[in-house]
Amino acid sequence: MKFIDIEHCYKIYKNGVTALADLTLKIDKGEFVFVIGTTGSGKSTLIKLLYREEKPTKGVVNVGGINVSKLRNGNVYKLRKKLGIVFQDFKLLPKLTVYENVAFGLENQGIKSKDIKPKVLLALERVGLKEKIRSFPNQLSGGEQQRVCIARAIVDEPKLLICDEPTGNLDPATSKEVMKVIDSINKNMGTTIIMATHDREIVNTMKKRVITIENGVLTHDEKKGKYIVDEVVQDSK
Amino acid sequence: MKLFRILSRNINHAFKSVFRNLSLSLASIVCTTITLILVSIAVILTVNVNNFTKGLEEELTILVLMQKGTTEEQDMIAKDEISKIGNVVGENVVYKSKEQVRIETMQKSSDLKSIMETWTDETNPLKSEFIVPVKDIRDMKDTAEQIKEIENIELVNYGEDTVTKLVPIFDVIKKASIVIIGALIIVTVFLICNTIKLTIFARKNEIDIMRLVGVSNTVIRLPFVFEGLFLGIAGSIIPIAATIYGYILAYDNLNGFFVSNIIKLVPPLPFVLYNSLLLLGIGVIVGMLGSYRSVRRYLKI
Ligand SMILES: Nc1ncnc2c1ncn2[C@@H]1O[C@H](COP(=O)(O)OP(=O)(O)OP(=O)(O)O)[C@@H](O)[C@H]1O
Ligand SMILES: [Mg+2]
Repeated sequence: MKFIDIEHCYKIYKNGVTALADLTLKIDKGEFVFVIGTTGSGKSTLIKLLYREEKPTKGVVNVGGINVSKLRNGNVYKLRKKLGIVFQDFKLLPKLTVYENVAFGLENQGIKSKDIKPKVLLALERVGLKEKIRSFPNQLSGGEQQRVCIARAIVDEPKLLICDEPTGNLDPATSKEVMKVIDSINKNMGTTIIMATHDREIVNTMKKRVITIENGVLTHDEKKGKYIVDEVVQDSK
Repeated sequence: MKLFRILSRNINHAFKSVFRNLSLSLASIVCTTITLILVSIAVILTVNVNNFTKGLEEELTILVLMQKGTTEEQDMIAKDEISKIGNVVGENVVYKSKEQVRIETMQKSSDLKSIMETWTDETNPLKSEFIVPVKDIRDMKDTAEQIKEIENIELVNYGEDTVTKLVPIFDVIKKASIVIIGALIIVTVFLICNTIKLTIFARKNEIDIMRLVGVSNTVIRLPFVFEGLFLGIAGSIIPIAATIYGYILAYDNLNGFFVSNIIKLVPPLPFVLYNSLLLLGIGVIVGMLGSYRSVRRYLKI
C-alpha cells in the first residue's frame, strides 16, 4: 500500500452535488504533488478527505496506514497529530504571539514546555522567522503570517503536509518566497506535500507531479506536469 | 504530569472565561445560589417534619376501652373486628383484660394495691382495653370512628387533634417545594448552558484550530466542563455557609425545639454536613449538566 492510497472514492454532498467521482490516487512518501483544476472542480474536497474533514460517500482513503474513511470522530485527532495543514486564510490566533501560535497544538497535547521550545524554535527557523517569535500576527506581512502557519503545521515533524491554496492571498513575489519554504521542507525533511493551487506560474516553474481534477474526475496525472486547465487542455491535445 | 499540565491549562481557561462573560456568569451563579438556598430550606423542613411525624407514628396509637363487665369472649370478638379495619396493624393490637389492667395498676401504685387486692373477677370494676397501632396517622380519625361502631366498645381515644391535622399540610408543602425546586434547577441548567454557549462562540476560532492541529475532543471539551463546574460550585458556596451557620444558630437559639415542645429539631451535626454535601453535589451536577448540554449542542466535534 502506498503512503497515500485513495481507491475509487466518491464524494456526494448532502445537497446532491457530486464533488468527486471514482477517484483513485496513489502517492509515495516524500513526493510533492500539485492538485489543480477550475474553481468548484473538487480540489478542496479531495484535500478534506485526506485530513478527514469529510468522509468519502464511497471508497477508501488511506493516509500513512490509517484508514481515514473509517476513522471515528473521536479519533480524528490521532490522524491530525500526524499531519500538517495550511490554508489560504491563515487561521492564526490574534491574541497569541508567533511563538505561542506555533506551540499551540503541542501545549494543548500536554507536552512539557521545555520539550516544546526546541521544536518551536526549529520550526520557526525552517520558515525563516526566528527573529519574530515575540510578534503578534497583525504585526506581520501576509507572507510572514503564512510562514507562521507552515511552522505550526510542521512543528511536530509530520510525514505529510497538506496545503489548500497556501498562496491564494499572496502577491507573486511573496508566493514565491512561501513556495521556497514549502519546497525546502519537502527536500530537507522528506515531508510529503500535497498542495491545491490556482497558481499557474508556480506549477509551471516547479516541475512537480501535477494532478488535474475536472468536475470531480481525475483527468491528468503527470510526473513533471504543467498547469493544464481550461484552454490549455485543448492546446496540449 | 501530562494530565496535570492539560488540566491546569484548561482550569485556567475556564476561570478566565467566567470573568470574560461576567454578567452572564454572575446570573448563573446567583440563580444557582437561590436554587440551592431553597433546596436547603426544603431539605431542613423535610428532614425535620419526617423526624417529627415518624415520632408521631411511633407514639400515636388509639386507645380503646370496652364497656364495663364484658366477658373475655366479647373482648375477643371486638378484637377481631378492630383487627379487620384496613388502617389497623392487626397483628400488633395489644389486648389487656381487666384482670391484667388490675395487676398492672397494683404494681404501679401501692396505695391502690390494698384496695384492688380484694377484687375478684366478678367485682372488678375496671374495663378491658386495646392499644391499637395504625398504619397511617392521616386516617386516624376515620379509623377511630370505625372502631366506635363496634359492639361493646365504650370509649375510643386518640392523639392530639391539632398535631394530626398538621401532617397533611406538611405533605402539601413538601410536594410544592419539590415542584418549585425542580423548576428552578431546570432554569439554572439553562442559564449555565447559555453562559457556556457564549464562551464556545467566543472561542470558536481557537476550537477550530485545536481540531486542526490534532487536539483530542476530550481536551477541547475540558475547559467548558470546568467552566460549568466553576459556576455550579461558586453558586453553592453561599448556600452551604448559610446552611451551616443558619441551622446551628437557629438550633441553639431555639434550644432544639420548634414552635412548641412537641416539635423537636434534628441535631445540627452531622445533619448540616450531609446537607452541605448535598448542596455541593447538586451544584456540581447542575454545572455539569449545563456544560454538557452546551458542549453537545454547540460544540460540534
Ligand atoms: N460542504 C459542502 N456542501 C455542499 N456542497 C459543497 C460543499 N463543499 C463543496 N461543495 C461543492 O462541491 C464542489 C467542489 O467544491 P470544492 O470546494 O472541492 O472545489 P475547489 O476545487 O476547491 O474549488 P476552489 O478552487 O474554488 O477552491 C463545488 O460544486 C462545491 O459547491
Ligand atoms: Mg478550494
